[in-house]
Amino acid sequence: MADITLDADKVEELKAVCVKFNHDGGELINVLHAAQIIFGYLPAEVQVIVAEGLNVSIAHVYGVVTFYSFFTMTPKGEHPISICMGTACYVRGAEKVLDEFNKLLGTKTGETTPDGKFSVSSLRCVGACGLAPVVTVGEKVYGRVAAADVKGILAEYGA
Amino acid sequence: METVQLTIDNKKVEVAKGTTILEAAKTIGVDIPTLCHMKLEDTNFENNPGGCRVCVVEVAGRRNLAPACKSECTPNMEVNTHSVRVVNARRTVMELILSDHPSDCLVCAKAGNCDLQDMAQTLGIRQIPFQGEKNEYKSDESPAIIREMEKCIMCRRCETACNKVQTVGVLSAINRGFESVVAPAFEMDLDHSNCTFCGQCVAVCPTGALTERDHSREVLDAIVDPTKTVIVNTAPAVRAALGEEFGMEAGTRVTGKMVSALRKIGFDYVFDTDFAADLTIMEEGTELLGRLSKHLAGDKDVKLPILTSCCPGWVNFFEYNFPDMLDVPSTAKSPQQMFGAIAKSYFAEKLGKKREDLVVVSVMPCLAKKYECSRDEFKTDGNPEVDLSISTRELAQMIKNYNINFNQLEDEDFDQPLGESTGASVIFGTTGGVIEAAVRTAYEVHTKKECPSVDFKELRGMEGIRSATIDFDGLPINIGIAHGLGNARKLLEDVRAGKSNFHAIEIMACPGGCIGGGGQPYHHGKVETLKARQKAIYSEDESKTLRKSHENPFVQKLYEEFLGEPCGHKSHELLHTHYYDKKNVDKK
Repeated sequence: MADITLDADKVEELKAVCVKFNHDGGELINVLHAAQIIFGYLPAEVQVIVAEGLNVSIAHVYGVVTFYSFFTMTPKGEHPISICMGTACYVRGAEKVLDEFNKLLGTKTGETTPDGKFSVSSLRCVGACGLAPVVTVGEKVYGRVAAADVKGILAEYGA
Repeated sequence: METVQLTIDNKKVEVAKGTTILEAAKTIGVDIPTLCHMKLEDTNFENNPGGCRVCVVEVAGRRNLAPACKSECTPNMEVNTHSVRVVNARRTVMELILSDHPSDCLVCAKAGNCDLQDMAQTLGIRQIPFQGEKNEYKSDESPAIIREMEKCIMCRRCETACNKVQTVGVLSAINRGFESVVAPAFEMDLDHSNCTFCGQCVAVCPTGALTERDHSREVLDAIVDPTKTVIVNTAPAVRAALGEEFGMEAGTRVTGKMVSALRKIGFDYVFDTDFAADLTIMEEGTELLGRLSKHLAGDKDVKLPILTSCCPGWVNFFEYNFPDMLDVPSTAKSPQQMFGAIAKSYFAEKLGKKREDLVVVSVMPCLAKKYECSRDEFKTDGNPEVDLSISTRELAQMIKNYNINFNQLEDEDFDQPLGESTGASVIFGTTGGVIEAAVRTAYEVHTKKECPSVDFKELRGMEGIRSATIDFDGLPINIGIAHGLGNARKLLEDVRAGKSNFHAIEIMACPGGCIGGGGQPYHHGKVETLKARQKAIYSEDESKTLRKSHENPFVQKLYEEFLGEPCGHKSHELLHTHYYDKKNVDKK
């Protein structure tokens, strides 16, 4: 566990979520989902609060967090980049696009740049297969992206 | 009861609705092989994730093979457990499991006792055709348990033991797909987690992924060191199980042979932890009566029930989970620590030696004892009361190393003065035994009358939680018993909520008590093995002339010559301890 201090208001907000879900361990995924919206990611300290709030073991919480690729233990960048690796995007060259982002930013998939500006992750299907391969930066969706377009996309965000 | 009829391997079978093919096959003597499934009858251990796929069978009319452990019998089902298709599939499944398993069987601690190795042999696997990526993990070496997770086959038995049976909650499957593995939260080491070191994960692990930390090498080093006097003591449950390692039937008592073997190995003194168990009863029984009489006199500050404190897994458990109740358990040390404390004071004085010149080794059915003897409060100027604690399995290994023909050994007796024991101390090895031993003494001390019968059969059994009321000559004493930490948790939560009317509660961390300890010969899922050991313990008790701890002449002499009175000043110094709130221990 890294030494981090959680924002007290956010901690209260998370505890209220646990109360809302009746401290029910069966609601773990929903509570983690809410926790990730509140904190942006799920550091160990947040998982400990969730475990205590739902009366489940910390190991169990960690098991669920590491199972689902949606959950992340590293803070996302200011501009979170997601490359769809679903079947349609994959067969149309998403991997090359992903590699290009990592190459230009010096990251590995799942990491955030040291300046906190960009994070790179892959996801499975955003439901826009007609636009494959699809990249999202924050809320903005880019369709039919080729590796050659990556530099231009990053430039839009000041990279 | 609604039943279904089906055929398995052309034999007609009738079973209750809801029965799986695996269970149904057992009723006609067909043992379908499995690696992950394990059920300990009469306990709450049942692991059935349907993960290993070794148990696949062919069902007529079904397109794919069915996992027998997860498939319920349906009317007129036709099951074939050994068709060519089944046998080939089973082999392929094994080959795939083995493709990501180290092949260091020759030097693996589990070799010879490994379910995976046995299965590979049963299926006649002679090569592993699939070569690919292998998982690599850092080995995790705690004071009691070693985790080598590249040997994990994801059967999840350890998770069931840790979470469902023990409710310790340290282990969970983490990650996904090829990377999935069982680990503590944030992949921290066990030593930094809330692990109680009960060792039940080790007891059920089918491979060498979870094993005990082996201290037998250090024991041998001490034995050959001419400057050291090496003293061994053996816990009650060891003598009821050690024989299994030498092909004897479960439940064979080997006390005399064990003593003989220990002498041949070269220990200078072969003593008995049972002596210290008698001593524990003197201290814990006195403490119980003290608290009870104050309580009866109306003292509201006195906490009841009193909880036994012999079991180090249990002590760890309440330090982590019930830190608000640290004044409830007895302050008496465990027999292991009492033995060490007396050996390194009273007996060292008798020998005219310094405590540093003595090496105290204990042979325990337990892995938590390895951690217990390393606790700082059990050290004097850095020197521990017990230097090394080895398991029943490690002792068996040492006997084999020494080329001792165990089965043909003559029976020998323990050395004195720390080798004398009563039947009361022997039953410490099974659930219900510690409290029965305490009752035998407390009854006579309190009533000043002889017990009407030494056998308090109402305290015996295998149910996870038991209770009985013993009549102390007009004073009813309510006793609770729990074995398995999940059961202990239930009793403790009642105490915390003020709903408990027990005067005394015995807790043992392992199912069955020490006979089912994490350091015992592997039971491979056979609960009959535990029951046979329990029987052996009670028969050893019956065979003793003295069956009440306060009648142990050497314990009486120890009080006369050295300690004074039970719970007196010197006893408090040497034989009692205190507990710590570990809830907020830095876990980084």
